[in-house]
Amino acid sequence: MIRLDRRPEPSRAWTIATPFVAVALTMVAGGLMFALLGKDPVEAIRTIFWDPLFGDFASYSRPQLLVKAGPLILIAIGLSLGFRAGIWNIGAEGQYILGAICAAATGLAIYPAETWIVFPAMIVAGALGGLLWAMIPALLKVRFGTNEVLVSLMLVYVAEALLASMSLGLLRNPEGMGFPGSRNLAQYPSAANLDLIPGTGLHWGVALAFAAVIVGQVVMTRHQLGFRVRLAGQSPRAAVFGGVNPGWLVVVCMGISGGLAGLAGMFEVAGPAGRLSIDFNVGYGFTAIIVAFLGRLNPIGILLAGLLMALTYIGGELAQLQMNLPLAAIQMFQGMLLFFLLAIDVLTNFSFRFGRRAVA
Amino acid sequence: MSNIDPILLLSAIIVVSTPILLAAIGELVVERAGVLNLGVEGMMITGAVCGFVVATATGSPWLGFAGAALGGALLSMVFGILTQLFLSNQVATGLALTLFGLGLSALLGQGYIGVKGPVVPDLYLPGLRDIPFLGPVMFRHDAMVYIALLIVALVWLFLNRTRAGRVLRAVGENHDAAHALGYKVVRLRLAAIAFGGACAGLGGAYLSLVRVPQWTEGMTAGAGWIALAIVVFASWRPGRLVLGAWLFGGATALQLALQASGGVQIPIEYLQMAPYLATILVLVILRAGRAPGSLGRPFHASS
Amino acid sequence: MTFKTVLLGATAAMGLATGAMAQDDKTKVGFIYVGPVGDLGWTYQHDQGRLAVEEEYGDKVETVYVESVPEGPDAERVLTQMALQGADLIFTTSFGFMEATMNVAQKFPDVKFEHATGYQRADNVSTYSARFYEGRAVQGLIAGEMTESNIIGYIGSYPIPEVIRGINAAYIQAKKVNPEVEFRVVWAYTWFDPAKEAEAAKALIDAGADVILQHTDSTAPQAAAQEAGDVITFGQASDMLDYAPKPRVSSIIDNWNQYYIDRVGAVIDGTWESKDTWDGIDAGMVEIGEITDAVPAEVKEAALALKDAIASGEVHPFTGPLKKQDGSDWLAEGEVADDATLAGMNFYVEGLTGDIPQ
Repeated sequence: MIRLDRRPEPSRAWTIATPFVAVALTMVAGGLMFALLGKDPVEAIRTIFWDPLFGDFASYSRPQLLVKAGPLILIAIGLSLGFRAGIWNIGAEGQYILGAICAAATGLAIYPAETWIVFPAMIVAGALGGLLWAMIPALLKVRFGTNEVLVSLMLVYVAEALLASMSLGLLRNPEGMGFPGSRNLAQYPSAANLDLIPGTGLHWGVALAFAAVIVGQVVMTRHQLGFRVRLAGQSPRAAVFGGVNPGWLVVVCMGISGGLAGLAGMFEVAGPAGRLSIDFNVGYGFTAIIVAFLGRLNPIGILLAGLLMALTYIGGELAQLQMNLPLAAIQMFQGMLLFFLLAIDVLTNFSFRFGRRAVA
Repeated sequence: MSNIDPILLLSAIIVVSTPILLAAIGELVVERAGVLNLGVEGMMITGAVCGFVVATATGSPWLGFAGAALGGALLSMVFGILTQLFLSNQVATGLALTLFGLGLSALLGQGYIGVKGPVVPDLYLPGLRDIPFLGPVMFRHDAMVYIALLIVALVWLFLNRTRAGRVLRAVGENHDAAHALGYKVVRLRLAAIAFGGACAGLGGAYLSLVRVPQWTEGMTAGAGWIALAIVVFASWRPGRLVLGAWLFGGATALQLALQASGGVQIPIEYLQMAPYLATILVLVILRAGRAPGSLGRPFHASS
Repeated sequence: MTFKTVLLGATAAMGLATGAMAQDDKTKVGFIYVGPVGDLGWTYQHDQGRLAVEEEYGDKVETVYVESVPEGPDAERVLTQMALQGADLIFTTSFGFMEATMNVAQKFPDVKFEHATGYQRADNVSTYSARFYEGRAVQGLIAGEMTESNIIGYIGSYPIPEVIRGINAAYIQAKKVNPEVEFRVVWAYTWFDPAKEAEAAKALIDAGADVILQHTDSTAPQAAAQEAGDVITFGQASDMLDYAPKPRVSSIIDNWNQYYIDRVGAVIDGTWESKDTWDGIDAGMVEIGEITDAVPAEVKEAALALKDAIASGEVHPFTGPLKKQDGSDWLAEGEVADDATLAGMNFYVEGLTGDIPQ
């Protein structure tokens, strides 16, 4: 019989070691899968994990890691706050879309005037768009006790319909030959969210994501909000006695996560994506949920988890390109990696003991 | 409005809601046992491909449905083992399961693209089918429609009228107390998760064998997420689950029927939003029930 | 140091590294797809084109593809990686890849790009598209002749010019042979959701339609029509012969094979030039699938005659006199629509009911 014993406190050694063990296990299991598909497993794994970082074209793909990880980290930091308090915003995808719509609408309203005010105005609009969209589930929960999981999820679909409507109607590029999609904001200098240092992939959104990691760390460990969040997560009743107003906490946590998701949408639409289109959203809001948990709801962990996810996306593309691996195999590989990362985590908080229990 | 035949609309609603109802009733049992499995979409699509593969290989849609249930249950065991034995985070594991299932199904289905599967006949119910109004609405469907409703009824009976059902609810409400009373928390939850996987598999197979019927990658197109939402909507009660599935299916069928009837002046993008907004609205009016007490929390029997 | 110089540096460094590899004189052709190759529709047909290229040139070419690439920054990254890896020619097979294609093409002037359904070109960027509306006109004729309820259902994806053009082309022909005909358009607001397509077809059938035209790719509407009985449909994107002879009475097939073979051949010969291709039935890019015996012989004959007339250029599906839906004049007697108007078509012709969602 194998049994688990809870460690008095999380093992420091395992906290650091588990991700590596998980990656190693994924390589074995994934390699087996690739071999079954008739591909060279060593080459496949090297292509996914090594080439984006140190391969022939790493000078291109390394900055791309930041571009891909930036929105994931930014959204996940916001979500982690609520998740710790037991507030389940799973509609970040919708807030991301609304942030992008509001920001794009603001930028396009001023177009083509070139003034410094455009970019800051878009940032405010993006944050507000995401924040207000998140306020719908937050206020419904506070006022009527409706479940925020359901409302925030439903609002993703509403946001997608709104996005399609905006791309086809109000915000459609008048010079776009009748095709859906807005003007390209990346080509509108006052609105463009370009690399701060060219060629690094480090645009304002990525910079903000890094800042969010630092602020998130400070808030969680040193600020009163972090204390209240943790208290509410551990024991809602204790939190109420401790003077935490549950409604207030819902509004704050949903507001922060919505605002950050909206900002992620804003930086994406003004920079890498450039324009609003029917298929503007690519699932960052959902992937960020995985990133948040993979990072153990800890800001530094989220940073690393976001980069790891980005690595598997970019490495996965390279594997498709260089080895003709189907996307399906890449998705399974990503799934395996997540499974191992999540499962191996048990070693951090528990120790294995072999043998029968002394007392039944 | 006058162009819409209510009999046809109601009949359509029953069919539209069947796959989400199947997936949702499975998830309801899982959540009642205190486990949150967000991987419904992944299990559904795996069920869709397993069902299609088995059905075309054997020529029997019923073996196909059995294969879909088995496939969904097997995949759900990945989630079960990770969350119950390795105590991994349920939300993240469920999302990873969806990712994994989408990949797995695409690989499994590679040789079946463009293949036409066996036909699932409508169940011929003499007498019943000729009842005015009710006959065409309720009694002219394929057997899975009734099996889905039967499963819901059995789940209701199980949860409310059997000892095992009470134990399951107790485990979901407070796993520590249930453990102290000597109930096998982990074993029970694994069984619930397998049931949830099997039902999601059936829901997926309903799409690939009856509704569409064909295998194409990604064909569930988000139905699993809707199933999850409907469980919450139903406040974890089987009766309201049917209502929720019909409401959602109804809003979808109605918006398409409104477009098809011609002469509607409501902008279509708002019609598209209608099913989701209607669900939120009804939820606000009905007020939500309370979630099972231990929902989503990891259980570790510390002795 | 700009982004470009970094890239050029990288490319130069790469040139040294892979110089030897590139000497194997294989032409490398990349494809980037918006959906999975198993969608049995749009992407599937493009991948058939890729396979045709491999078959045609064997060892002389190497093809690579990346599937399900989201439009936007992901597409740009994949295209850049393809170019860096030494692709000589890249087909970008979705309208939404337009900006990514233009951006990457600018950075890699030696790589040739072919963008499907777009309107921006450069010295190393061609565009190509198919005149599906020619096929729609043929379908419209059959639909108008075959309908008994005089209600024809049309499942649209999103209200974009391509789809609107198809509705108009089908309607004009249907109306010509059957003045009583009425079109009911259902917008599914999705590119791909088989279950919803089935519901849409069913809703149209319930509303009295006995002919269903679809601008979505799955066979779900075919199955719905089969179940309903006396309803006819047309295959879309692929032939959907499984549903012949009825409900599927004919089909409209995207066939990119010849175009892809020609363009890859041009790169191999060194004769590739940037151009805009908009081919139809004539060039074989749009195929009309076999018209089955469910269609009366004289209707079939008329449909084939129309097809031949369109192919020979004798008939243009958009020939005046035509008015717009609001009653304003569009084309005078004998006047033919110009390509620019067709490319950006965002209005219904007179007689169609309902509004185009804006």
